[in-house]
Amino acid sequence: MSAPIHVTVNGAPRELPATLTFSQLLEALALGGRRIAVERNGEIVPRSRLAEARVADGDRIEVVVAVGGG
Amino acid sequence: MANDKLVVAGRAYDSRLLVGTGKYRDFDETRRAIEASGAQIVTVAIRRTNIGQNANEPSLLEVLPPTRYTILPNTAGCYTAQDAVRTLRLARELLDGHALVKLEVLGDAQTLFPNMPETLAAAKTLVAEGFQVMAYCSDDPILARQLEELGCVAVMPLASLIGSGMGILNPWNLQIIIDRVKVPVLVDAGIGTASDAAIAMELGCDGVLMNTAIAKAKDPVRMARAMKLAVEAGREAWLAGRMAKKPYEASPSSPEAGLIQKSA
Repeated sequence: MSAPIHVTVNGAPRELPATLTFSQLLEALALGGRRIAVERNGEIVPRSRLAEARVADGDRIEVVVAVGGG
Repeated sequence: MANDKLVVAGRAYDSRLLVGTGKYRDFDETRRAIEASGAQIVTVAIRRTNIGQNANEPSLLEVLPPTRYTILPNTAGCYTAQDAVRTLRLARELLDGHALVKLEVLGDAQTLFPNMPETLAAAKTLVAEGFQVMAYCSDDPILARQLEELGCVAVMPLASLIGSGMGILNPWNLQIIIDRVKVPVLVDAGIGTASDAAIAMELGCDGVLMNTAIAKAKDPVRMARAMKLAVEAGREAWLAGRMAKKPYEASPSSPEAGLIQKSA
């Protein structure tokens, strides 16, 4: 087992297994199958890459949705 | 009018009323008000997901499906060009490559007045990245022209401050913008009641965007319908061409010939 990594998701610190993909992260956050968009360190992680791209130590991750607004 | 469409970025819409989706009591009220408004373009905000909460709660895009509505993601709450661009890149990913967006870069938390230098900078970047930008802006005709020259698909000057309900404070500036800008001009922000929307359309605006005037009415669904009718009435009046104002010249509507007092 590799050592856990530390990331920030939507501003909150989290400890994760180093082997996690973004898809697995979203499942762990109960966001699997939801219409969301993901950004890592200011760059979009396209939906097509979520299953293969892996979360890395120190990543600042944003997961966003559409909400009511004007 | 079946052939009188609002054309934005090459797409034609029957409704000239665009509505926001904020400040409603719940999604059901949102859905009913937006249906009553007849709007085809609806704005949404982009925000962090609530992690670990309400996993089974429906999402806004289930209530307002993109198959039925043109979803217009906005940059509400952004104070820099960089934040606005970042938000809309996320929106484009969220909405499967959707390019039509509402740019708003705020300058001040008290007034929510737009920061126009940042708005222009963001518009330039977004247009270069293939976005179709509808830009919230001040009612300065020169800046509106600059947004058009940068490639924005619509300019959206404020009528008065966002959420203020103060109506159209400077119809003359709006008139200059309408006369000078070729892309659609939509009044965005400040509408309070139906007459405000009608006045905007009578000035020759191509459309009106509002949120609070509907959401914070005592009966939002009824106000949504009032706004639909007001926008249609104002548009029809503008197309019809109003009579000239004659401040010192009364003119009876009934014939003067045949008055009984005049009989000998």
